[in-house]
Amino acid sequence: MAVPIRILPRLALIAALLAALALIFAWVGGWIGRGRISGAAVADVLQAANGKVYPGFRRAHAKGLCVSGHFDANGAGAVLSRAALFQRGSYPVIGRASTGGGDPISADGRPVFHALGLRFALPQGEEWRMAIDHTPIFVVSNPADFVALQQASIPDPKTGKPDPAKIGPFVASHPETAAFLAYMKTAPLPSSFANGPYYSINAFRFLDAAGTSRAVRWQFEPEAPFTELDKATLDKRPKDFLFDELLARVKQGPIRWRMILVVANPGDRTDNATIRWTGPHRQIDAGTLVLDAATTEAAGNCRDYNYDPLILPKGVAASDDPLLPARSAAYAASFRRRALEGPKPDAITLDYQQGKTL
Amino acid sequence: MTPRFALPARILHWLMAALILAMLLIGAGMLSTTTARYPELLAWHRPIGLGILILALIRLAVRLMHRPPPLPADLPPLQVAAAKGSHYLLYALMIAMPLIGWAMQSAGGYPVTIWKGFVLFPILPHDIVVYGLLRAAHGLLAYAFFLLILGHIGAALFHALVRRDGVFESMAG
Ligand code: HEM
Ligand code: HEM
Ligand code: HEM
Repeated sequence: MAVPIRILPRLALIAALLAALALIFAWVGGWIGRGRISGAAVADVLQAANGKVYPGFRRAHAKGLCVSGHFDANGAGAVLSRAALFQRGSYPVIGRASTGGGDPISADGRPVFHALGLRFALPQGEEWRMAIDHTPIFVVSNPADFVALQQASIPDPKTGKPDPAKIGPFVASHPETAAFLAYMKTAPLPSSFANGPYYSINAFRFLDAAGTSRAVRWQFEPEAPFTELDKATLDKRPKDFLFDELLARVKQGPIRWRMILVVANPGDRTDNATIRWTGPHRQIDAGTLVLDAATTEAAGNCRDYNYDPLILPKGVAASDDPLLPARSAAYAASFRRRALEGPKPDAITLDYQQGKTL
Repeated sequence: MTPRFALPARILHWLMAALILAMLLIGAGMLSTTTARYPELLAWHRPIGLGILILALIRLAVRLMHRPPPLPADLPPLQVAAAKGSHYLLYALMIAMPLIGWAMQSAGGYPVTIWKGFVLFPILPHDIVVYGLLRAAHGLLAYAFFLLILGHIGAALFHALVRRDGVFESMAG
């Protein structure tokens, strides 16, 4: 078909408009232009630092088991937040105890995060999800540093281990990371999932009934007396000793923690999870977390949730901590991937299938 | 005067055109970042998506109640088929996209929060494998939707600037 010359400019105009629209879309989507860090990019670098992809497993905190119980609120938290969780009452909880790292069959005897993912079911379909660690601080303060640290930790193909020549410079130029590593080296590691504290680490904003907003961190303080793991013999412990201990302990009776809300003092940083809030703080005991059941992931109902720390009820919102949105985006990316790969039996279930007993 | 779409159809068309383009940009934009834009855009994404679903159902009813104006008699049959077929697809996508979004969040075990304190009921049971498939479909169909809209806009402008046959005015006028 011959195209009359006089309509060519108009066709060109149409093509230019469509191209402009496509370019805007590509720019908004981050496919062209300045380097943005996407949740998928964080999942990518975690996979690289893990050395391989473990299909169906979380890209971090891959090894875990399921817990459940309830939260008994005493009503005291309501002075800080109108969240339903702080109204006097009892609320069902499911959760996942995990160790840090991306290898789902790793041994428990490593100086890593002991962690809990929690999902509090509130009235009217509301939920509060948390992912909390046994340390009060985090290793980096922002997603760019998180990616850089993971990048520096990618195992050297020759040795299969991270290259000290890469980690060294990162730590040297990040005193907060050095401080965290020193903390991990010196601070005692709880001997059980049940007798250690768990910290929100990140600050959040609590809104009370009058609409006043305050920055708050919280921690779960164990009722069970703290005992320490001997770090010198850590790597000689049985592979699943932490998880086995939790499975056995819950059979003896419920495990409890007090939920302590810590209100920021003027001047406390809310945007930097590597900095502790030191000195006296207003603290409120909001109630008791009671976990009275534990099962393997395959048998329980906790694995297939995303413990996204920004799934929050009314009365609680994100602070200006840049780690929070990064966690939300990265957890979603990890969740998308493991969902499509399909869940796989966890290490502890496999051990039991091979005849191990408690 | 050229025959035009009924006024409600025209209002819905332009309102929804803006909302759908915004949704595609919000969706693509939020996935590109780990800054606070991610949760902020996601918090807009769900209520606008639900709004599009409601508007699309109203629009479907309007479309069934009012006959659209006829296409120009001299339009080649292939273009007529392309016009009709693409309109069916556009309707299918503006209803399917929000339904898939809602269904995948249900299957993923997420609370389908429209705004803080207002959570929609789930429309599928919790099943992470179903979530994985629906989430992939939501992404792929979103980009197919965008391409289809590009073609649709190109065709509309072709009618307006090249054929000058009144089709553009039937919606724009
Ligand atoms: C930028 C910083 C961080 C990144 C990129 C990150 C990344 C991740 C990823 C990808 C997962 C797997 C999620 C899934 O597939 O469901 C995960 C799990 C987890 N993270 Fe983080 N994390 C970060 C900071 C933190 C902090 C500060 C804490 C503690 C307060 C934390 C606690 C946890 C816990 C407890 C889990 C396991 C949750 C579960 O069992 O589902 N993370 N993290
Ligand atoms: C986001 C995007 C859009 C969607 C989902 C969409 C969808 C539709 C649909 C389904 C129809 C069939 C008529 C009806 O039943 O309502 C239609 C017709 C039309 N649209 Fe759009 N539209 C979009 C954007 C646009 C834009 C940006 C333009 C102009 C540049 C445009 C111009 C037209 C015209 C001229 C018609 C009439 C076609 C005819 O008479 O058959 N549309 N659109
Ligand atoms: C017309 C309606 C909708 C359009 C055009 C749309 C478009 C999009 C797009 C383009 C993406 C990014 C996909 C990717 O890059 O993989 C996306 C993601 C998403 N959409 Fe929608 N969407 C719609 C409705 C909804 C609804 C109603 C919901 C929920 C109720 C929803 C929830 C989501 C979620 C949760 C994500 C991804 C979050 C993540 O994986 O991090 N969408 N959507």
